[in-house]
Amino acid sequence: MSDGPIIKVEDVHKWYGNFHALKGINVEVKRREVIVIFGPSGSGKSTFIRTLNRLEEHQRGRIFVDGIELSHDVRNIEQIRSETGMVFQQFNLFPHLTVMQNIVLAPIQVRKWTKQKAEETAMQLLERVGIPEQAYKYPGQLSGGQQQRVAIARSLAMQPKIMLFDEPTSALDPEMIKEVLDVMVELAKSGMTILAVTHEMGFARAVADRMLFFDKGEIVEQGTPEQIFNAPKEDRTKLFLSQILRH
Amino acid sequence: MTKTAEHILPPVLERSNLLGWMRRNLFGSWTDALLTLIGVWIVYWAASGLLRWALYTAEWKVIVVNARLLMIGQYPIEQVGRLWIWLGFLIFLLGNSLAIWGRGSRIAPALLALPAAMAFIFPFGADPRKWLIAMTVIGLIGWGLGRVKPEALKRSVIAGWVISLPIIILLTYGLSKSEASIVPIVRTNLWGGLLLTFLLTVVGILFSFPIGVLLALGRRSELPAVRWFSVGYIELVRGVPLITILFMAQLMLPLFLPEGWTVDRVVRAMVGITLFSAAYLAENVRGGLQAIPKGQFEAAAALGLSGAQTMIFIILPQALRLVIPILVGQFIALYKDTSLVAIVGLLDLVGIARTVLAQPEFLGLQREVYVFISLIFWTLSYGMSYVSQRLEERLGVGIR
Repeated sequence: MSDGPIIKVEDVHKWYGNFHALKGINVEVKRREVIVIFGPSGSGKSTFIRTLNRLEEHQRGRIFVDGIELSHDVRNIEQIRSETGMVFQQFNLFPHLTVMQNIVLAPIQVRKWTKQKAEETAMQLLERVGIPEQAYKYPGQLSGGQQQRVAIARSLAMQPKIMLFDEPTSALDPEMIKEVLDVMVELAKSGMTILAVTHEMGFARAVADRMLFFDKGEIVEQGTPEQIFNAPKEDRTKLFLSQILRH
Repeated sequence: MTKTAEHILPPVLERSNLLGWMRRNLFGSWTDALLTLIGVWIVYWAASGLLRWALYTAEWKVIVVNARLLMIGQYPIEQVGRLWIWLGFLIFLLGNSLAIWGRGSRIAPALLALPAAMAFIFPFGADPRKWLIAMTVIGLIGWGLGRVKPEALKRSVIAGWVISLPIIILLTYGLSKSEASIVPIVRTNLWGGLLLTFLLTVVGILFSFPIGVLLALGRRSELPAVRWFSVGYIELVRGVPLITILFMAQLMLPLFLPEGWTVDRVVRAMVGITLFSAAYLAENVRGGLQAIPKGQFEAAAALGLSGAQTMIFIILPQALRLVIPILVGQFIALYKDTSLVAIVGLLDLVGIARTVLAQPEFLGLQREVYVFISLIFWTLSYGMSYVSQRLEERLGVGIR
């Protein structure tokens, strides 16, 4: 089991009313693999990553995460969600809880850890993302970059096997992007399985094993960063890269 | 030489005294001055008229003679100590709470001194005087304890508030049918005045709140049966006036109950008020739930929290905090609406006021009596409003 793919996606389709958002996605993700997903807005990349923990429901095809199939069974969904961390574009921290409470809530309630164990783990994670001194502040008192690092720590506290990033730097001011990317790079190097929707091509170059180019609900092209940046095969990939790398 | 920011003084306007303030705000221009003078004259005219009536014309004897009726109705005088005991318990907890959560509030001692002050100012009998002074003493002891050991007391104070309703009901109603018991039963038909108004309000608030929250959640449920029940209940109850619900509870409920079953009339009124208020609360809470962004649900789900955990830890705390002002408004409305029970024959403050005014020797003294009960209603309403403002500050509504 442990040598097989950790995520297996077979012919997944998704419709919003008449709009065909995902048109037969097939992907296998190996353990410790770092995958960057990119493509124009509306291409289905966020929808795809959100089907992996059932924030969006797919209507055809099958998805296996760590050997468990995503179905209507709520227990399966909750188990997959507790093994899968997700970081959102808008951080989505819980504003009524302190940073510490944000991080320890799920380990205590879902994993049934003791408060002490959860808080020790939380403190270690806050040190890992570089903001232990913010532990007892509220999210509203932190900068965007700090909030996103708390969000990463909150996901890591559940000791997930997979981390999903949905445009984690798109809502940040430019000077804060690097502090979040640094954390993500460190995480990638530590051996975490990562799927990240992002247009930070520097991040892709530095740590991605594979890149998926999404357009109009399909994976148009995939390959290593070298292949994608130096020798893209498809015209759509070339056009998109020329648009985002112009500056 | 350049001046640093600290050396720059605020503009002169900001530093001026009372005269300066008056000149800016009250007499800034000809029209301002004119409006100020007209305003002062209107206030003087209204206040002096009211004061003249209150001090010279009004016959407050009607209140003095009927004070006990207005406060507790026909509750037997030899059992009154039981009511003072639970009132003392509440005041003790209030003293504790003001010290622990009031954060250096300077009004606390003044507030707690109020009962003793009343004992000296108003012409009470010897017994109530003693009790009133005892209330202040107990309150101040509670306050002092709270100041000395705030952290150690927190839990027991919260526990005290939680058990206060059962204690109030138990002491007011009594335990044993035998007359010889220390706390013999006092039937609810003897409850009246402010006592009854207070109990209707407290029971109404404490029971309608959880029911309202459940109905609000039910209305958003994905289970059709639960959703339809909630929508049906809310729309049905909101569509009828409280007074018709009270009448139904008093007149129609007995028709549906099996032979020989009776439900106490005060309990019927409590149930009616609770069920009525729950429907409105449900809609207020739903407003709060709708204001919570989708991202909060998604983040909770992504962490593996179950639906119930998400509601309890993430959504409800934020939603309820948002609607505190509306909820308190609803509670104040409930408090004042309890006066409708007078129409179905219960002797709450308003009901007692009407019986007092029906006595031949007090005919024509409506003004005194209604002004007095209005004052009581206003005082407690304002108290609720004040507590809600403090609560909002403490919970940082609009900041976090």
